[in-house]
Amino acid sequence: MEILVCVKRVPDTAENEIEVNGSGTDIERDDLVYSVNEWDNYAVEEAIQIRDKVGGSVTVVTVGDDEAEEVLRREMAMGADNGILLTDDAFEGSDGKGTATLLKAAVEKGKYDLILTGAQADDGAGQVGGMLAAMLDYPYASLVNKIEVDGDKLKVGREIEGGNQEMNEISLPCVLSIQTGINEPRYVGIRGIRKVASVDIPELSAGDLGVDAATVGEAGAKVKRLDYFVPELGEGAEMLEGSTEEIIAKLIEHLKAKGGLK
Amino acid sequence: MADIYAYITHRNGVADDSALELIVAAKKIDAGATVTAIVTGSGSELDQVAEAVAATYPKVMKYGNEALAYPNAEAVRKLLVDVLPADAVILVPHDTFGMDLSPGLSIKLDSAFVSDVVDIEGVEGGTLKVIRQEYSGMVSTHVACDVSKGAVVNVRPGSFAPDESQSAGGSVEDKSGDVGDLSCGRRFLEVVEAEVGDVDITKSDVLVSVGRGIEDEENIEIAQELADAMGAVVSCSRPIVDAKWLEKSRQVGTSGQTVKPKVYMACGISGSFQHMGGIKGSPFIVAINKNVKAPIFQVADIGIEADILDFLPELTEAINDL
Repeated sequence: MEILVCVKRVPDTAENEIEVNGSGTDIERDDLVYSVNEWDNYAVEEAIQIRDKVGGSVTVVTVGDDEAEEVLRREMAMGADNGILLTDDAFEGSDGKGTATLLKAAVEKGKYDLILTGAQADDGAGQVGGMLAAMLDYPYASLVNKIEVDGDKLKVGREIEGGNQEMNEISLPCVLSIQTGINEPRYVGIRGIRKVASVDIPELSAGDLGVDAATVGEAGAKVKRLDYFVPELGEGAEMLEGSTEEIIAKLIEHLKAKGGLK
Repeated sequence: MADIYAYITHRNGVADDSALELIVAAKKIDAGATVTAIVTGSGSELDQVAEAVAATYPKVMKYGNEALAYPNAEAVRKLLVDVLPADAVILVPHDTFGMDLSPGLSIKLDSAFVSDVVDIEGVEGGTLKVIRQEYSGMVSTHVACDVSKGAVVNVRPGSFAPDESQSAGGSVEDKSGDVGDLSCGRRFLEVVEAEVGDVDITKSDVLVSVGRGIEDEENIEIAQELADAMGAVVSCSRPIVDAKWLEKSRQVGTSGQTVKPKVYMACGISGSFQHMGGIKGSPFIVAINKNVKAPIFQVADIGIEADILDFLPELTEAINDL
């Protein structure tokens, strides 16, 4: 099975406090630690496991600048066979549809049976997988937490409300967006990353992809962020202050009053 | 302004709560708009839902077909592409169905898509201005969306106060005859119900709930000791289940269990809307988190800025000494 996994470099919310910058035009990006989007990491792990079971190859693709290349290398260190970087100044400011347009062009340059994305990203809208599938006229399933290969079909589970799982049969080629928890992504050590440090990663521009620059990037975006802000807190919590002993004494009084202690 | 439609999700013959919220969201886009509800399904359940929804929407369009009995987003998308007029604005709840349906729907309608909207400021000159959240609610953004060629707007459940007036006196139009070919490359098989775990967190009045802040599997014990001291049960947020440190049946949230405790101790939990969506009945919420900017502090009653790995053992000891 030839598998393409679409990945994205994002600020790591486990490593950073996300704050709005002084002018409200962006989040504060100085000193941010970036990593591969958590959901994408599960998608790559799933692709590797499927390849190891049924054969084929795993290619990882991303849209971004030179720094985005590091997430491709990280995923290749995990076990992906190939990387492709879609990069061009014209891609900057793309909305979800713009990104899906670029990925579609990349898909059409290869031959893939299965395309995976993360179900969402912390700075995104959970949209690219569904858009890409519709553009390609491939069937789609989102929030996938189980995949079984069955000939030219897959049996896929979707995570739905209440911890339930919706089982579907889906024909190949198709696009699936992957939910966290579907597997346990393997650890990537520094040695693994060194091993792929010099592997050539092809870069494709708007011209290489045959994409009209006006349909992507800022120019083609129908959806634009205007600003960032921290929402009004409303009432907000009553913050307990003082020494730890004082805080604990106050908390215990509250818990007693609310029936929180047996 | 183009026509506005609302897609109604339902289960067991009962419309989802979002049905009462989407009409409020639609009126924030255009107060004068006639909002049409679209209900798809089959049999008597569909009829019941359509009738019920007519109390909220002036116009209800009902599409019955065996292929729509279970809401397979791929089939529903085909139907909507066939029946929606050009430039339509359609609102969809941002739940696991809406996330499945809407991105692809916007491509097939050649309209804009805006996801997980929490508030709407209105339309000016073909531009819809909405509010979204990013980074698990740590920051919000104003987003402008060109709706001149229509739009698919996914609305976060619970973000708009429901319209409970039941005064629309709407009419139901059976449009089942318009249903065309719904064949697609994805076939619904079955729903596998969540496994029942060793503890039923939905039955506990007091929950000690842990999130990422617990940092390591062996630290779960710290939360268990506090729960033992309090006579409580340990629950958790999604990352703890993803890491396989606790069973899925202990997860609070829209993709886990819905709980109604009296007291909820959120320990090292940031408080994403998916997590908070699983907490009902307005419990007394205590948030303990070392990140003072965590969204949980907006919804908690009591907040404590502390590292739970230090704070919880001290609290346990103090309670045991009572």
